[in-house]
Amino acid sequence: MRRVMLGAVALAAGIWGCGGKSSGSDAGNTGGSTGAVPQSGGGGAGGPTGNATVSGVIHFTGTAPTNPKIDMSQESACAGKYTSPPTDPQYVVKDGKLGNVFVYVDSGVPNGAKYSAAAADTIDQNGCLYHPRIFGAVVGEDIVIKNSDNVLHNIKAVPKVNRGFNISQPSAGMTSKRTFASPEVMVPLECNVHGWMHAYVGVLPHPFFATSGEDGSFSIKNLPAGTYTIKAWHEKLGTQQTTVTVGAGETKTADFTFSGPKA
Amino acid sequence: MAAALLSFATTGKLSAQDGKTIYNKWCSGCHGETGAGDGVGAKTMLPHPRDFTKAVYKIRTTASGEIPTDDDLRRIVEVGMPGTAMPEWKSRLSAAEIGAVVQYLKTFSPNSFKGAAAKAIAIGKAPGGDGVADGKAVFQKLECYKCHGLAGRADGKSAPTLKDDYGNPIRPADLTENWKFRGGNSVSDIYTRLRTGLDGTPMPSFQDAVENKLITDEQLWRVAQYVHSLSPEKTPESREVVRAALAQKLPATPDDAAWATVERFWIPVVGQIIAKPRWFAPAVDGLWVQALHDGRSLALRVSWDDPSKSPDPIWDEWLGRMSKTLTDVDGPLATQQGPDRLVVQWAQNPSDESKRPYFLGGDTKSPVYAWRWSSEPKVEEGSEAGLGHFTALPNGSVTQSARYADGQWQVVFTRPLASSDTTKVPRFGEGRAIPIAFYAADGSSGEDEVRGAVSTWYAVYLDVPTPTRVFVAPIAMIALSAGLGMLLVTRAQKNGRANGATDSSPMEER
Repeated sequence: MRRVMLGAVALAAGIWGCGGKSSGSDAGNTGGSTGAVPQSGGGGAGGPTGNATVSGVIHFTGTAPTNPKIDMSQESACAGKYTSPPTDPQYVVKDGKLGNVFVYVDSGVPNGAKYSAAAADTIDQNGCLYHPRIFGAVVGEDIVIKNSDNVLHNIKAVPKVNRGFNISQPSAGMTSKRTFASPEVMVPLECNVHGWMHAYVGVLPHPFFATSGEDGSFSIKNLPAGTYTIKAWHEKLGTQQTTVTVGAGETKTADFTFSGPKA
Repeated sequence: MAAALLSFATTGKLSAQDGKTIYNKWCSGCHGETGAGDGVGAKTMLPHPRDFTKAVYKIRTTASGEIPTDDDLRRIVEVGMPGTAMPEWKSRLSAAEIGAVVQYLKTFSPNSFKGAAAKAIAIGKAPGGDGVADGKAVFQKLECYKCHGLAGRADGKSAPTLKDDYGNPIRPADLTENWKFRGGNSVSDIYTRLRTGLDGTPMPSFQDAVENKLITDEQLWRVAQYVHSLSPEKTPESREVVRAALAQKLPATPDDAAWATVERFWIPVVGQIIAKPRWFAPAVDGLWVQALHDGRSLALRVSWDDPSKSPDPIWDEWLGRMSKTLTDVDGPLATQQGPDRLVVQWAQNPSDESKRPYFLGGDTKSPVYAWRWSSEPKVEEGSEAGLGHFTALPNGSVTQSARYADGQWQVVFTRPLASSDTTKVPRFGEGRAIPIAFYAADGSSGEDEVRGAVSTWYAVYLDVPTPTRVFVAPIAMIALSAGLGMLLVTRAQKNGRANGATDSSPMEER
């Protein structure tokens, strides 16, 4: 199973494991999927991979804006999953580190290299929020969309390059599968029944991407040796980039620092 | 369809290049020369004209997220989109011309249409039987009311937050006015929209819900049948004259059961686009008007759909979005929600009916007598010389009783027929048709005394009490013929009994 899945599952267990009650803290709401693992070369369908790694930490300076409170009073099925008033986790900041930053290889992967779709990623609608909120998918990869809330959700993709979709998921237990045909960072996902629900999926032609966890760390593994432009995207703070050259078997560090918006 | 194809064959094939010529002449004014939905008229319209460069279309027979079929595109050009500025074109353009335009539209998004043609989903047939009650239950289960409202009047809790792909405010369909359904109002049309969703809008596809067996395909049909049943069977046609029938007692409140039996008249209203600031995106599109009088007073009930009881804080976000989307129309909208408004205008001097006042609230030369209602609620009586130029009259005698429920206002106005003011107030006399016009505005959408919806002139006709002799003659005739008939029957039965028949009838007992 892909590590991104493990991360999501572990996280879900962390959030929903204790009688389905969330701590309600921002950290508790992170969709901290931790990374992506490239396709194994064994199937022959994957593009080149290697054993180089680019990892780092996303630092945060300044003051993080307060995440907006969400009024879920109209949705008791969701509100009941929280012990304290839920907030929209736009900023996941802890000890000067920033979570939910999507870090990916923007260029450097050989042109024309084709990576086949990996095992499906799951995005869950739970407590009227998306889990994970920020994640990546390979072009053509199945994205499983799941509703764990016993309320009506619609999940609408609003891409600029890809075709969108808008699916109604009227009750708990429902799943749908969708794919994106073209690279696009990021494709916004939204629910129109609950206007506060937002998620973002980075669609790439390769599996070299990761989402920073609560501790701000990320790790992009199984890279072939090469020189890469690495980009880091945050939903409110924009995109930064750096260039890293990494040799076979090496691990190079690429840290980023985001500053809070000026007041 | 067959006719269209035939005509296409006989008129010969036109190219996308011909389509371009036709498009530039007839379509680009709204949709823009580059097809980006940014023509000269675009910004004032809500919904905005379609942006063809994205190839995202609301009305399709293809699955959510897919491109439409050529037939889908052709149909919209042919019949237009009710409830929007998009007119029908089949009376102006030939089938071949429309076909050429469709081919040209696709060139605005070559990548979207470069692959295989989209496939229409298979639409079966509506199941028989009365499915309305079942459909209602599924409608509730699917929580359609979250946007469309419990009574279907687009007043659901999520309605104020809705936006389209461009961030423009978008209203859910008012299910009680199906003549404005963009893709048609047959049960099959509605079912197709449920299956495919309306791409670019918040309306999702229920295809996956059927595939997941959360609901059956039949249940989806039942929802379509239920939705269809929420509108009048026939699209209402406006009639010139609203009849005020004579009643023994006038219902004083809007929810009085007596109103249910009073004939209602549909009065369409359209955006006020003459006086500045003009308004191209009216929230109210029509009023149901009912009238009664008892020889002493006139009661008028006006009912109209408005998803918000303004002002209402949950609609602040909506107003912000309206301001952002419609900034270029004669200045900014109000930053605060005003009340909802209704102005009932009457011609002041109905004796000269050839000279009706200007329909936009009259003018200085010829003002109107107006009942200015707002959702506080209150009504003022006065004289209006142009929209918003209102002077209250002393000793007003009109009263109001208002009710807001399930996305609809119902307001009853009552006033004595007699008036001491014979110059500024029309004579509300029996047997007279008194010119009447309306103005309506939704405060939550930034509408006010000038930005709103107007009607043209109609008339209210007060029934004349029927003279006694009108009743006596027919009753005498009925009695006479009944008497003669009974005589005949009795005789016949007597004869029958004499012949040994044994049947008995109540008539015989008499």
